[in-house]
Amino acid sequence: MHIQRTIKYEADRVRGFAEEIMSLAGCDRLKSCIQCGTCSGTCPLSIYMDHTPRQIMALVRADFKNEVLRSRTIWLCASCYACTVECPRQIRITDIMYALKQRAIQEGVYPRRFPIPVLAHEFSRMARRYGRITETLLVMRLFLKSDWRALFRSWRMGLGLLRTGRFSLRRERIRRVQELDQMLATIPEAPATPSTPRQTP
Amino acid sequence: MKYAYFPGCSLKGLGRAYEESLLPVLRHLGVELQELDDWNCCGATAYMSVDENRAAVLASRNLALAENNGSTELLAPCSACYLVLNKLQHHITEFPDLRSTVQTALQRAGLAYRGTVRVRHPLDVLVHEIGLDVIREKVVRPLRGLKVAPYYGCQIVRPYATFDDAHQPTTMDRLLTTLGAEVVSYPLKTKCCGGSLTGTVPEAGLRLSYILLKEALRRGAHVVATVCPLCHFNLDAYHEEMERRWGPVRIPTVYFTQLMGLAFGLEPQQLGLHRNLVPFTFPIETTAAA
Repeated sequence: MHIQRTIKYEADRVRGFAEEIMSLAGCDRLKSCIQCGTCSGTCPLSIYMDHTPRQIMALVRADFKNEVLRSRTIWLCASCYACTVECPRQIRITDIMYALKQRAIQEGVYPRRFPIPVLAHEFSRMARRYGRITETLLVMRLFLKSDWRALFRSWRMGLGLLRTGRFSLRRERIRRVQELDQMLATIPEAPATPSTPRQTP
Repeated sequence: MKYAYFPGCSLKGLGRAYEESLLPVLRHLGVELQELDDWNCCGATAYMSVDENRAAVLASRNLALAENNGSTELLAPCSACYLVLNKLQHHITEFPDLRSTVQTALQRAGLAYRGTVRVRHPLDVLVHEIGLDVIREKVVRPLRGLKVAPYYGCQIVRPYATFDDAHQPTTMDRLLTTLGAEVVSYPLKTKCCGGSLTGTVPEAGLRLSYILLKEALRRGAHVVATVCPLCHFNLDAYHEEMERRWGPVRIPTVYFTQLMGLAFGLEPQQLGLHRNLVPFTFPIETTAAA
């Protein structure tokens, strides 16, 4: 039997992480969290998470950066905003989850073949390059980058979409792609981005 | 009435039946739409997970294009687009740093945004601008006997929408009743469909969609009405996969605009209804309701 410590040690904290997250736009109210658990109770996906949203809020405030950024929780958040609307302290939990996802991607600490961050990455690449998303092409890239066997498992749906004229491989793009790219290039690249995502233990 | 129209990527792709039904229905009501020239992807939830500032810049180009075009009202039928554009409006007002980031990027393209565009959802426009009385007059084929589960999903009522209640929205309920349909009590009306998790983590994502269909059936509905291309995709295209995993939930999902079109006397093919994977016909065949 593999015995694991379930309590964090003081030494696992990364000082300044809580301050850093709470300084981001929309994340400042985290300091008023009362740990009531309304977010976890409202979240339709908390039963699949390794840490519930309430626990994530506590972990962020206590500087447990590595535990939070490597957690599957932040990727399982489907952005339905139920927690944000219900929070009695008006904490924008969904926006905090976004901030944590951004940090996890910047630092390359998301689970390597976990399809959710792969989708986010491929989506942003396609949006930046063409200005629009061609959904079918995006889904195919997602399959190739995460689990190519899923492509074959979905053949029946693919046929259905083809039959009903919803499946199209024609690339959607805007006319002024360069204009958009110049706009996006005004944002400096995020610092400290390792070239390849590391595997989480 | 004239609106700038932001279709979003889905309405040109997998969710084209939404556009195919929205356009004739609004035309029928005398609403003129002008598609925003060279609009780009709103960024949805995915871009925000990668880079908040770039996501804001991406979305802002659309608002700037609309404003520079002289439009004050921008119609965004897709729930994700509606949320993202509204969220950007709020954030650039609330956070000066983000506002200057966006302005700098827009200037690079010779654009600017003063914040004068109002992002509207079709439900909002239909119920609050056109009005249910006008809509009632256009109904030539009332949806009598049709029981509908009104499914709003998450992102049009939370957290930036102001046209309806976040917990108990009623605009679609009232609209469907006006068409002659019977709206069943559907407490899951604002629950999450799983979003893109249906494809990435099916065990979790598809389960949420399955629960929505199961509950709609339990409430006696013949059909689920949706306002979002992703909700529609999850409930319709993944239908077979859900049944394979957890057992039969035979109920179709359609866009609310398709039901409007039917009530206005338009043909199913004019409304993209032939694109459903789980077929829907009206009137309901009694044998098919199982």
